[in-house]
Amino acid sequence: MSSLDWPAIGLSFGAATLAVLINLVPGVGLAWLLARRAWPGKSLVETIVTLPLVMPPVATGLLLLELLGRRGWLGSMLHSLNIEVVFTWKAVVAAMAVMSFPFVVRNARVALEAVGTRVEQVAATLGASPWRVAWTVTLPLARRGIAAGAVMAFARALGEFGATILVAGNIPGSTTTISTSIYSDILLGHDGDAYGLIVVSIGLAFVAILASELLVRERRL
Amino acid sequence: MHPSPRRLVLALALLLGLSPALFAADVQVFAAASLTDVLQAIAKDYEAKSGDHIRFNFAGSNVLARQIEQGAPAAIFISADEAQMKNVAKAGLVDAATQRDLLANTLVIIAPNDSTLANFQPVDFTKPEIKRIALADPRTVPAGVYSKAYLEKLGLWSKVEAKVIPTANVRAALAAVESGNAETGMVYKTDASMSKSAKVIFSVPQADGPKIVYPIALLKTSTGDDAAKKFLAYLESPAAGAVFVHYGFLTEK
Repeated sequence: MSSLDWPAIGLSFGAATLAVLINLVPGVGLAWLLARRAWPGKSLVETIVTLPLVMPPVATGLLLLELLGRRGWLGSMLHSLNIEVVFTWKAVVAAMAVMSFPFVVRNARVALEAVGTRVEQVAATLGASPWRVAWTVTLPLARRGIAAGAVMAFARALGEFGATILVAGNIPGSTTTISTSIYSDILLGHDGDAYGLIVVSIGLAFVAILASELLVRERRL
Repeated sequence: MHPSPRRLVLALALLLGLSPALFAADVQVFAAASLTDVLQAIAKDYEAKSGDHIRFNFAGSNVLARQIEQGAPAAIFISADEAQMKNVAKAGLVDAATQRDLLANTLVIIAPNDSTLANFQPVDFTKPEIKRIALADPRTVPAGVYSKAYLEKLGLWSKVEAKVIPTANVRAALAAVESGNAETGMVYKTDASMSKSAKVIFSVPQADGPKIVYPIALLKTSTGDDAAKKFLAYLESPAAGAVFVHYGFLTEK
């Protein structure tokens, strides 16, 4: 009977959840800025946000390694504070967060654009402040799309491989994820263990896609 | 209507001119990552002399063995240890008559160039200031397997196992040390001598270390491939031997 890499399953789940939570507020905030406002440099930011979607994941991983490594711009600061990122679970979260950020932003933006400004203007004429409008009118109306984006981001984070293996390595017991564990099982010839993890990841993928579909479907009143 | 004599002569000349390209053969070689630079140098000389084209696939020997077992098209396999060559032989893919021990190597402990570690001995791996030891995956990549065997022999493995950063192949272990993300690592002496950003802080004496041997073999699918056999013979020749020695390898006799 094959043995499942439980630490990997646990890390994949926990890190993906954390990555989505980290992305949620900045992602929705940025989506709002992109949907509702025009500002200099907007196209550049749109492009940068889309990059992790289009670039090969290992390329993004390499950039992250340069940034977060001990000699990197951010990494050296953290290293002097005795915080290690590369080759630890923190790097897994970082890779997952970067790769799944575009999903949060793009889905939230579409949802916010679908809400439209008319309802917001009506609320404003009734005396609501911009903050109150956003909080009590816009966001609740956009919640399905935002939630769907979060679920897609979670699914993308779970499946993350290229960037993760570069910045976190594939250290048994500490930074293996479902994806990287399947990879090393195959290289070791432990096909049974690999198939076990494949079944787990298919199951998780089904759940994620199903949840996303349920959230996006509109209730017809 | 018949073609003019001039056109015929032109066509013939074109065909003759292209013939070296038409008759040039492709030889696919799967070789251990540690042989990347030396084999590319040898191939360059060989291609100039023979007109054949050598294509390389460099990776951890375990990855290559796995690919060959799955049917990847390789004519020649050079592994960094016996175990991976045995795996391929078990799958019935090796032309046993052609198998030979081609090279030997030794292990070294490395650190980034700006490291302050001095008078390093293997037992220093247990010190708290050494937090990470980059090794090619010790479960299956030859360089890591050899390193683990050496550390086990010294009784250090169980004490330092938690510090090991396993990498996909020996060059990735070298890169981890060069980037400063690992304070130390163990690679082959030949990899360290290629590196400009990492230095050797301890050389494992050949007598103390594990016997590191690179077997070479023709794969059964290429038994009729003359170009492959020619290149195999060239790799075993004194001409190639000199290049191997120049890069720091030891040739087996």
